[in-house]
Amino acid sequence: MLPRQRLEWVEGWGMAVGAAGYVFRPTTIDGVRRTLAEAAREGVPVVVRGAGRSYGDAALRPESVVLDLSRMDRVLAWDPATGVIDLEPGVTIRRLWRYVLGDGWWPPVVTGTMTPAVGGCLGMNVHGKNNWRRGTFGEHCLELDLVLPTGELRTLDAQADAELFRAVVGSFGQLGVITRARLRLEAVASGRVEVEAVSAPDLETALRLADEAKDDWEYVVGWLDGFTRGRRLGRGLLHFARHLEGGEDPAPAQSLRLEHQDLPDVLLGLVPRSVMWRFMRPLTNRPGMRLLNAGRYLVGSTVGEGARYRQSLAEFNFLLDYVPGWKRVYEPGGLIQHQSFVPAAAAAGVFRRQLELARRRGLPPFLAVLKRHRPDPFLLGHGVDGFSLALDFPVRGRRRRELWALVRELAEPVVEAGGRFYPAKDAALPGDLYRASFRDGQLERFHALKADMDPQHRLRSALADRLLYGEG
Amino acid sequence: MARRFETALVVGASSGIGEAVARRLAEQGCRVALVARRAERLRAVADEINAASEDERALAFPHDVLAAEEVPDLLQEITRGLGGLDLAVYAAGRQHAVAFDEFDTGKDLEMVGVNLAGAVAWLNPVAERFGRLRRGTIVGIGSVAGDRGRSANPAYNASKAALHTYLEALRNRVGRYGVRVVTVKPGFVDTPMTRGQGRLPWLISADRAAELILRAARRGAVTAYVPVRWRFVMLAIRSVPSFLFKYLKV
Repeated sequence: MLPRQRLEWVEGWGMAVGAAGYVFRPTTIDGVRRTLAEAAREGVPVVVRGAGRSYGDAALRPESVVLDLSRMDRVLAWDPATGVIDLEPGVTIRRLWRYVLGDGWWPPVVTGTMTPAVGGCLGMNVHGKNNWRRGTFGEHCLELDLVLPTGELRTLDAQADAELFRAVVGSFGQLGVITRARLRLEAVASGRVEVEAVSAPDLETALRLADEAKDDWEYVVGWLDGFTRGRRLGRGLLHFARHLEGGEDPAPAQSLRLEHQDLPDVLLGLVPRSVMWRFMRPLTNRPGMRLLNAGRYLVGSTVGEGARYRQSLAEFNFLLDYVPGWKRVYEPGGLIQHQSFVPAAAAAGVFRRQLELARRRGLPPFLAVLKRHRPDPFLLGHGVDGFSLALDFPVRGRRRRELWALVRELAEPVVEAGGRFYPAKDAALPGDLYRASFRDGQLERFHALKADMDPQHRLRSALADRLLYGEG
Repeated sequence: MARRFETALVVGASSGIGEAVARRLAEQGCRVALVARRAERLRAVADEINAASEDERALAFPHDVLAAEEVPDLLQEITRGLGGLDLAVYAAGRQHAVAFDEFDTGKDLEMVGVNLAGAVAWLNPVAERFGRLRRGTIVGIGSVAGDRGRSANPAYNASKAALHTYLEALRNRVGRYGVRVVTVKPGFVDTPMTRGQGRLPWLISADRAAELILRAARRGAVTAYVPVRWRFVMLAIRSVPSFLFKYLKV
């Protein structure tokens, strides 16, 4: 019997899905092995969990052993001369950038929040606002250690073991437990970026502007108003940014210091960051969000049009951390996100259809984010030469089933267009559509590796059951 | 807010109210673990439920509630089999026919064992689990008979009264964590237990009782008389002073 005192409610970050699990938090590789052995003795599957920042069910599975690696959070080696760092999987993006910035380095790929852990970033192969330029997180990993369900430890080199390495990264933790990662970071001359903000009156313009900006700017990200229709559908604001080069920052040593990077304690000049979500909550409904989206576009397309300004790296990259606990505005049902990747030529048609569908079903996205992407070399990669649109939906008890049905409708045109999906954010994508998005034998190759490395299917997750194994 | 139940455990599911509750839950799409002593009968109920649905909704776990030591392991096996647990219903019950001048300790202790000790054995680990997870609903099937000490069946009355008090204490213990504990007090329900007791007033079917019980569970009622009219009847009966109550033939 598994120890009852280890039983915890384990949730996706979006709070819309969760499950009871027996949580083990090892601090060493031996601890990982012991956990795997105990689960094997009980015949219970193991789900690997990092910081728990995946929106949906990537890091949970009902009544399973949860191998929580957040306490394996040591920096093992750091070479400020080369920018190569060895980390345990529980080190967060926050810890990483704060560790290296003073030496003039920055992680080449970061998510919109600094809270995910490195193990999860590799397991889900996350991307940032610079996917066109820098690819995914896994593309900057040089080497990793993997503990197999048998307890065997393997070291995979990104070049020498390219095939297996590219299968493990982005495989939802289904082929082994990452216990060490060696990353190559990016040298930065300043702790600041230059940002340009432009507006787009419709979806097609937003796509065109993002495409034109992709080669000139390091970062390209667009916010779209999901409440619009007709000729205004998909209007939004785009932000482009680039690192300052040598000589552009009058005080680079100062901007590379951590105190320069701290996010503001007070927002709008008045509200403490920690309580901001309470002010946002009354507006987190359809009329309120329609108003906020319209207001944001109005301000951005008038007084903010063409604005150029400088921000710290943390301020620009970690927008989601401005309001701590902001997800609580979605309580009690939580939120889900659907992010689809569509080849450039089909993006306008597919995204237009998605936004129209959501509006017609009475379930408009409260937040819509557009990014430019490139293909990635990983076995279960999600990148395409095109765009992604991430749509945030509140989950309301009575409309939960309708929302899940809407996700199927949103995903169908993506598959037809040869697009892909982003499992790190997913909670509701039907498995048949996910599997249909792979057409070149990738899934068959994955299953062959799974049979070889984890023949007992000890490593599972609710997400993998649904998307990879067609269960749940 | 009304709760949805996707996974449930029903102890005492081979007949009567427990069986009806299990059938209704399965009809509503819930996966149900059926627990009862009579293995053959239990499997037959599970097979009938599964034959009526597209997927396997009922899992049978033969078990005698008097074997308290089996419960922790069995509960873990059940939650793994179900993939979770949202609702636990303790519906196992025993009522022996007792003559007015009969003082059969064996019969009485068996009733106390099934009606009370079995409930404690099951609901303690369930409450611990729900409290730890900060969610879940517990339903205990008591009886209007537990509201007064009637001369007809002292041990049965006492076991149900004790069950009510146990459930109240459990509610006070884990309610603060968002766990709901519902005390159900049915009146006369047409079950194998009541058959042969002559003509009973306001007799309702087990299925009707199950419907009312699940309605109370979803809304998280504290105490639910089934049907509700018994609340008023028992209010009146509880108001009768003891020196008069001893003369009443109830």
